Amino acid sequence: MLNRRTFMASATTLSTLLAGYEANAATPKDTIVIASQIDDIITLDPGEEYEVSGQIVVSNVYDRLVRYEAEDLSKLVGAMAQSWEVGKDNKTFTFKLRANQKFESGAVVTAEDVAWSLQRVVLMDKNPAFLFNQLGWKKDNVKDLVKAIDANTLQFKITEDYSPVMVLNLMATTAGSVVEKKVALANEKNGDFGNEWLKTHSATSGAYKLVSWKANESVTLEANPGFHLPVKTKRVIIRHVPEPATQRLMLEKGDVDMAWTLQSDQLKAVATAKDIKVDTFAYSGTWYTNLNLGDERLKNPKVRSALRYLVDYDGMVNTFLKGSYIVNQTFLPKGFPSYIDYKPYKLDVAKAKALLAEAGYPNGFEIKLQCKNLSPLTEIAQSMQQTMGLAGIKVNIVTGDAKQVITDLRARRHQMTLISWTPDYLDPHTNAGVFALNDDNADDKPKPLAWRNRYFDEQSNAMTMAAVKETDPKKRDVLYAELIKRITDQGPYILMFQPLTPVASRKNVSGYKPGIVEDTYFFRTVTKS
Amino acid sequence: MSAVTAETPIAAPNGWVRRFAGLVRQVAGLLGSVSLTFLGLTCVTFVIGRVIPIDPVLAVVGDKATRSTYERVFKEMNLDRPIYEQYFIYLKKILHGEFGTSLMTAHPVLSDLLRVFPATLELSVSALIVGVCLGIPLGVVAATHNGRWPDQVVRYGSLLGYSMPVFWLGLVGLLIFYAKLGWVEGPGRIDISFDDLVPTVTGMITIDSLIAGEYETFWNAISHLILPGSILGYLSLAYVARMTRSFMLTQLRQEYVLATLAKGLSPFRVVWVHALGNVWVQLITVIALTFGSLLEGAVLTETVFAWPGLGLYMKNSLFAADLNAVVGGTVLIGVIYIILNMVSDVIYTLVDPRARARK
Repeated sequence: MLNRRTFMASATTLSTLLAGYEANAATPKDTIVIASQIDDIITLDPGEEYEVSGQIVVSNVYDRLVRYEAEDLSKLVGAMAQSWEVGKDNKTFTFKLRANQKFESGAVVTAEDVAWSLQRVVLMDKNPAFLFNQLGWKKDNVKDLVKAIDANTLQFKITEDYSPVMVLNLMATTAGSVVEKKVALANEKNGDFGNEWLKTHSATSGAYKLVSWKANESVTLEANPGFHLPVKTKRVIIRHVPEPATQRLMLEKGDVDMAWTLQSDQLKAVATAKDIKVDTFAYSGTWYTNLNLGDERLKNPKVRSALRYLVDYDGMVNTFLKGSYIVNQTFLPKGFPSYIDYKPYKLDVAKAKALLAEAGYPNGFEIKLQCKNLSPLTEIAQSMQQTMGLAGIKVNIVTGDAKQVITDLRARRHQMTLISWTPDYLDPHTNAGVFALNDDNADDKPKPLAWRNRYFDEQSNAMTMAAVKETDPKKRDVLYAELIKRITDQGPYILMFQPLTPVASRKNVSGYKPGIVEDTYFFRTVTKS
Repeated sequence: MSAVTAETPIAAPNGWVRRFAGLVRQVAGLLGSVSLTFLGLTCVTFVIGRVIPIDPVLAVVGDKATRSTYERVFKEMNLDRPIYEQYFIYLKKILHGEFGTSLMTAHPVLSDLLRVFPATLELSVSALIVGVCLGIPLGVVAATHNGRWPDQVVRYGSLLGYSMPVFWLGLVGLLIFYAKLGWVEGPGRIDISFDDLVPTVTGMITIDSLIAGEYETFWNAISHLILPGSILGYLSLAYVARMTRSFMLTQLRQEYVLATLAKGLSPFRVVWVHALGNVWVQLITVIALTFGSLLEGAVLTETVFAWPGLGLYMKNSLFAADLNAVVGGTVLIGVIYIILNMVSDVIYTLVDPRARARK
């Protein structure tokens, strides 16, 4: 029978056992453990993935012909390609591969692997296919346009008139990743090009190979010894920790080396901890408000202009957005090629009132503003509601689930929608092609952002196409500068902010300097002392 | 006497036939209710999938897909067919066990459920053990000390468990026992150094590590489980203790209690054997409901503790408009409740002689 003495003895034993069970605080020295939210990963096949976390993983796993390397993120250099030539017609591109590059299986990389990998993106017709479709590569011609000349030489042709800079930038995206053809085909099912298998496996010559992806749990990568550049961290583990406060505790405890998705209050708290540092990097997003020109009031350029003067850009970045966002009133993120620092708008109620009076709305009007039910979108919407109210514009905020908001936007049912956009590749056309270009305003689905807002402007279309075809980089910059100003001042948007990416890490971790797009987040340079 | 004896040979086959007919009626009733529940589930999930203002194709192809990709997927999802036809295709697939592939994980929904459910089961069982093993005795003690300090402690302790947000409780628990004292391991089911060490048999790491003889892994898993299990257990305890107290108070006011005490039985025996014995039927319902709600998945606990269970999976599926996963999860939860109902029925007959007599 359990008496008081045996109970006390049992309790003492149990507490001794628990106290003796030391938590493993430090992570292994050759391993970087990252806490993040990675529940957006749905596949790790480079021919299919198109989500933020997936791109970061794939970018570290697979190599491509050319890329912006960690050592100098401002310069496009050969990755798998030793050198390349662009034909005089700007339509034929020939690449010589580096010698002796090896896949994780030990097989040598050939031009056939590269050609097949590029072809499969188009033939599978998954999300990233549109990147290469722009070059004129379609299912019925891609095998003729992309070819291995010999084991070491790849040649492809494009049918559209595009600047070679833009074509090379497309090759630097994760869609340009090279997969080992033999391994992928050995795991092919029903002619899927190995897609099902590659969702959870890798066949790579890149810096890391994929050890495992457990959906909503973790991704584990291990250095690929065949990679041609040094890989300082041998193992990378990304753990899905949905709650930022939990990420903070794990970072403080030393169970993770980096925490990627801490919120501003947690960042403030950990910044003062003695073993933790917080670095802030620019990110490529654009936070803006869509103005649907299907609404008679918003069709008036003066009303759009007045609305731009009714946003307290500086007030927001100096208060609740401090340290996480900067003001950016262009469709190109700061850090992108051809970006210009153009910020003509600030809160000016008198000017806005004058513009509204000229437009025939001296007493303002009532309008709906939709946004996702997420912080800080809701706070931004509230600030806009307050400042627009100063000029008599009554803003009704309608918050909703992300897909609900986007569904309305794509159906052109919105009036104003506050939302964010991330670019697809590191070339100005990626955003110009969606913010400015709309070559067919007919009701159909789905089309770029300009179409969603019923913005159909011949001149913007012509300027976009001229810039993307321009081969002289300097002239290209000038063309984009003109287009940026036009869209900022006349387009169907209030362009507002660019986010920053704060990363909290243990002080013994160094070498992590991500670029502004997910393609340029490198694990191989990270070290731990 | 003789009349009874004479009737006995005739009564026996009648009783057997009656019992068999009763059994058939019971099975038919059960099957009927299961089928109706199941049909209802499919109808509701199908209708929800069609009426929510979310484009199901968009959920698959993403915001940036081209028109051709959009149209291809639109047809692949049979959205070009009449609505009734869509429902029959949907029902047929579910009946064949095809819940389809989850958009969120790109894995078959069934394999996802087989992965996440054991995590939830492990957590729920540990929480239930805490809830039942402590909740019932505390409830009894509170009832026997009605109005006195032990009763107040249990009542206010339960009230605290009811009213404190589990989210906050989880974070505070982590802060104290993981971050400050270092008594337990942190979030997740296991340390990275033990990851993938034991082969998956049941999906429950504690059980699998014991099967594999990996005792270090077992203790690590226990150390990860103890905090979320205790916190969820505290919430169950609060409910179980309050209900036990209330049932016991009713029993303790019954005349048979006075009679048994007057007969000379010890108060301990009267309370813990006779009175408690009479509340088991009600308690089984309470425990089954508690277990059911635990098995649905504790979204907030799973979020705070990065516990990859059913609750988190369902929450993510709903937010991602991943209808295949939502349907799969809903059917699983429906099945859990049906099984729990059946198990409760069986236990009723074991603990209540009247139920046995009725059958």
